Amino acid sequence: MFDTSQRKKLVSVKGLKMYFPIHTGLMRRHTGDVKAVDDVSFDIYEGETLGLVGESGCGKSTCGRAVLRLYDPTAGTIEVDSTDISTMSQGDLRKMRPVMQMVFQDPQASLNPRMSVADIIGEPLREHTRKSKAERLDRIYELMDAVGLNRDFANRYPHEFSGGQRQRIGIARALALNPKFIVCDEPIAALDVSIQAQVVNLLEDLQGELGLTYLFISHDLSMVRHIADRVAVMYLGKVVELAPREGLYADPKHPYTVALLSAVPEPDPAAHDEANRIILQGDVPSPSNPPQGCNFCTRCPRVMDICKQQDPEFREIEPGRFVACHLYNQ
Amino acid sequence: MTDLTTLEAETYQKPRNQWWDVWDQFKTHKGALIGAAFFIFVLIFVFLGPIFWTLDAQYIDIRARSQGPSWAHPMGTDQLGRDTLSRIMVGGQTSLLVGLTAMLLALIVGTLVGVLAGYFKRLDGILMRLTDLFLALPLLPLLLVIIMLFRDTLRAQFGPEKGIFILIVFVIGITSWMQTARIVRGDVLALKEREFVLAARSIGTPPYRMITRHVLPNVLSPIMVSATLGIANAIITESALSFLGLGFPSDFPTWGRLLFDGTDWLQRNPERVIWPGLAISLTVLSVNYIGDGLRDALDPRIRGR
Repeated sequence: MFDTSQRKKLVSVKGLKMYFPIHTGLMRRHTGDVKAVDDVSFDIYEGETLGLVGESGCGKSTCGRAVLRLYDPTAGTIEVDSTDISTMSQGDLRKMRPVMQMVFQDPQASLNPRMSVADIIGEPLREHTRKSKAERLDRIYELMDAVGLNRDFANRYPHEFSGGQRQRIGIARALALNPKFIVCDEPIAALDVSIQAQVVNLLEDLQGELGLTYLFISHDLSMVRHIADRVAVMYLGKVVELAPREGLYADPKHPYTVALLSAVPEPDPAAHDEANRIILQGDVPSPSNPPQGCNFCTRCPRVMDICKQQDPEFREIEPGRFVACHLYNQ
Repeated sequence: MTDLTTLEAETYQKPRNQWWDVWDQFKTHKGALIGAAFFIFVLIFVFLGPIFWTLDAQYIDIRARSQGPSWAHPMGTDQLGRDTLSRIMVGGQTSLLVGLTAMLLALIVGTLVGVLAGYFKRLDGILMRLTDLFLALPLLPLLLVIIMLFRDTLRAQFGPEKGIFILIVFVIGITSWMQTARIVRGDVLALKEREFVLAARSIGTPPYRMITRHVLPNVLSPIMVSATLGIANAIITESALSFLGLGFPSDFPTWGRLLFDGTDWLQRNPERVIWPGLAISLTVLSVNYIGDGLRDALDPRIRGR
């Protein structure tokens, strides 16, 4: 779709692994790991939106949080703005925080109920700038204007707002320090459809104005199609396909992507009835005990013998299109 | 959407100090207002009263012993003819001071231990075992040992009354912080997993400010409750200690002391039990109401309802 080679990489994730240890027994011995994110690599170019989709529990949110070092990753490197942050101490990381911010899924839970809106939006300013109280207030009002909140709301508390307004507060907080990179962790999942559109349009407008780069995590495929430039599909802790939006939606390569896209609701009733849906059998295997070989081999409609033995490599099969599947390895 | 209105009318309100909101809400809580008024009245009565009621609490007038209320002695006298009113005033000074400071001490220690144990996983084991240890200690032998060891040193250092005062506050504080610590730890553990704490981490808020800004304000309710209960507890414990002869000397009046002395005369002079009993229970009640009102006022979700 576009020539990626000339664009600057803002975020570069290589071989990211995030394992949560399982301790069992009387001695709390380390008996296994929940492999929430298992060897994930992707780049995000400046000014683009990378959509990260997948079903519940596939490790999308964990991946997004690990990229911001809200978790300490088990392995892998994360470069943000050409700085390797994967092994940085929390103290050094603090200086990097203004560059990267996060918008959370549940706007109710991500705002401290005891702080007023002005305090919530002003917190990053208090932590990272030496602005005076009046300057800070000016900036807070500026941000409230930018996300479409009435300035009178500065005194109010989160519980007095609707979900959409709360999400706007969360977005204003993320914008406060002029970040370059924002991880949007299912920012619209907790909102109803009309508000979803408002928030997504707000995010798009802000991207245009401020040149932001997003990692947009969602399970809503049509919303990702609307906002993302490139899309990564995750299944059980691994990225199975990474492709430009148009290519992915027009011609999905990985069988999981095909199944996922066939599940998107069809507004036209006639087309809906005829839709050739792929219904996956069985459940997602446990991330603490993934199957041997390809993670998807237990449910794949096009499974082959090799899938049950070897883990497929994540390869570029066409320029800009990466797939991890044995179907494309011959 | 809202740009137009904000541009036209720049009359938006300045963010106002949160404590004004708190006060506004506190005012609407009738019980809390009455409680606060009564508590202030008790403070004035106890600390400024002796200026106007000049009878000495220790003055023995054996001819006026065991009298009922009269103009000369509005609350009557005890078996040695000492004036009960002035004894209540002087005793109240000690009781209130002991209650407030011991409660503060227990609160600070309990909150500190609870927050540290809940927030820092590494300290959790050690601090909670320490709490269990204190909970398992038999109180009376411990008190005996502490008082045996430190009474004379403290007396020599600070004088007999101040020394005992410090000792009693310390002893009560150190033996009553465990409940607070446990409750606070539990709440902090739950709070720590909330998303707004994660959001603060993504902003880069360091642990110290994370605790003061996000954790402590949200565990205020249980702290408040144990604080108000703590005052009552401290006053009662002090009287129990004095009764056992471990606290203040027997002629030194405190509310608890007066109550215990009065029990022997319950049949003949019931008012000797009633006055200190009323003083203790009404004070505790008023403090409870103040705590109740404060807790509501400090919670923005309840405020304005």
